[in-house]
Amino acid sequence: MFSETRKNDHLLLLLFAIVTLAGPILLAPLGAGYPDLLQRFCIFGIFAIGFNILFGLTGYLSFGHAAFLGVGSYSAVWMFKLLTMNVIPALILAVLIAGLFSLLIGYISLRRSGIYFSILTLAFAQMSFSLAYSVLTPITNGETGLQLSLKDPRILDATNTSGSLPSTNLFGLTMNSTAKVDFLGMTLQFNIGFYFCAIMLIIAFYISMRIFRSPFGLMLRAIKTNQTRLNYTGINTRPYTLAAFVISGMYAGLAGGLMACTDPLAGAERMQWTASGEVVLMTILGGAGTLLGPVLGAGFIKYFENIFSKINDNVLHNTFAFLPDGLEDFVVSILHVFVGKGWHLTLGVLFMMVVIFLPGGLIEGANRILSWLRTRGKAGDNTAESKETTTTKTAVNPAE
Amino acid sequence: MGILEVKNVNKSFSGLKALQNVNLSVEEGKIHAIIGPNGAGKSTLLNCFIGKLLPDSGTVTFDGQSLLGIPPHKINQTGVSRVFQTPEIFTDLSVIDNVMIPCFARRDGSFSLHAVKRVEDEAEVRDKAEQMLVDVNMADKRDMTASSLSRGDKRRLEMAMCLAQDPKLLLLDEPTAGMARADTNNTIELLADIQSKRHITMAVIEHDMHVVFSLAQKISVLAQGTVIVEDLPENIKGNPKVQEAYLGGAH
Repeated sequence: MFSETRKNDHLLLLLFAIVTLAGPILLAPLGAGYPDLLQRFCIFGIFAIGFNILFGLTGYLSFGHAAFLGVGSYSAVWMFKLLTMNVIPALILAVLIAGLFSLLIGYISLRRSGIYFSILTLAFAQMSFSLAYSVLTPITNGETGLQLSLKDPRILDATNTSGSLPSTNLFGLTMNSTAKVDFLGMTLQFNIGFYFCAIMLIIAFYISMRIFRSPFGLMLRAIKTNQTRLNYTGINTRPYTLAAFVISGMYAGLAGGLMACTDPLAGAERMQWTASGEVVLMTILGGAGTLLGPVLGAGFIKYFENIFSKINDNVLHNTFAFLPDGLEDFVVSILHVFVGKGWHLTLGVLFMMVVIFLPGGLIEGANRILSWLRTRGKAGDNTAESKETTTTKTAVNPAE
Repeated sequence: MGILEVKNVNKSFSGLKALQNVNLSVEEGKIHAIIGPNGAGKSTLLNCFIGKLLPDSGTVTFDGQSLLGIPPHKINQTGVSRVFQTPEIFTDLSVIDNVMIPCFARRDGSFSLHAVKRVEDEAEVRDKAEQMLVDVNMADKRDMTASSLSRGDKRRLEMAMCLAQDPKLLLLDEPTAGMARADTNNTIELLADIQSKRHITMAVIEHDMHVVFSLAQKISVLAQGTVIVEDLPENIKGNPKVQEAYLGGAH
């Protein structure tokens, strides 16, 4: 599934859809089969796919994409407050507002390229974050974050008489409702929220695939490779980069909207620069400029965040109980800094290893393993032939 | 009246006069060579034609339209293409994609959001690009990554990219520099062939006199930022001013 060539696009999409939809079953043995985490995989997958359209294709590194995520969340929650608890209008508004917002920021930031572009986007995102915290309190509810309340108008919904806050729904299907099914001795949960996010992820992946294969995508790739030549070929690069910026901003808005759909509140911390940095890590870790890379990176980071941050000293002591006492304490005190709140240290080490040894990210790693297996498989029959396949493999890799 | 008219162009870089009252007239359908010793201002002059540099004074008109102060992509859309001294190609992309980009630029103009069809399903553009590769003898390298090409092939690829746009004027900056003799002769043949078949006007900067005298129908000699002679090739060789410029007798 990692060999990305143009011919097997349909196969890739089909496999992607199957793996995504079967996520709860496939990931249950890894301890990730519960909806909350699966939803996060999908949402951050969408965020990273969108970011990759800008960074992976054009090479413009934005450090401010969390701003669009935050704007999407706020728009969605406002839709829940004013109009209806149905998620569709909320998502539409989230995508539109994030699109407009990225049009404005992109129009100004794209006047520069390279590091200056990155700094401009970072500055805009931090400005948005600060504004959301202070001046814009009437819209964002400042530090507390924007939440639903019983007094909200919700003009399209029937009057709420239950006395408790309504929950988000898709034409009546409540987002956090779950069907429990026993499967091979494990209890699996079929969660409406997850399947909604999963379908959104598949649609997002499909659109990104079409962009990658289209003439528009080719132009974006050309911008990354040689902008000078493109200018002297009669192409105005600015509208292309702006279009890519707005598209990726809308993806971020969709991700932010989905966050609000699964948990209807929005806080300013979603716009902070650490959130922008996280999507950069996801994309690079998975493989910038590849189709699957960003989703893999997002899943990888969110999964390990979940695993490592839950480990505490007690778990470590239990794991290393077989060691002699002094040695056990020593090992635990070393590992202590890498788990729990210190999991970012683990992420940092992983990230450094990937950047140094696998500059193409996890996708490159997978491709290397695959081509190694192929070479080894053929080496027995015909050495010359296998050499030929490796050279053609390095010569052409249209998906990257 | 030439298709490209350069009148009284001056350009100086922090006091250093790179171009002084340059006058040049490139006739339609001809190959016009611009020669001169190193530092004579040949590349600077070419940069003034494509929007890379803005002259301090003077006029540059192409097809009756001024080229000064117009962004590079718009100049290109009027029909001026340039082959650079060091090949400017899309090194990360395949050879065929490299040629398809100018084909798209030719068909769709400076911007279009074609995001629905797949690149290889654009049959008309793809066929044109394939034909272009056949024309420059590179059809067998279609799927190679451009960065893995030899230097001579990179130049030929860049030429294919420029020709794919059906330019009215092709600017070539030392198209054979660093090439082996055989490659140089191939390039001469290719250029002569293009000129006889498609009647594309060309302005060529070149150091290799073999290339100059095999191709040029008119020659301008540039020395110390000014055109000292503009004449037919047969009159250039014996011209004392030219010999003086090349042998360093000036001053």
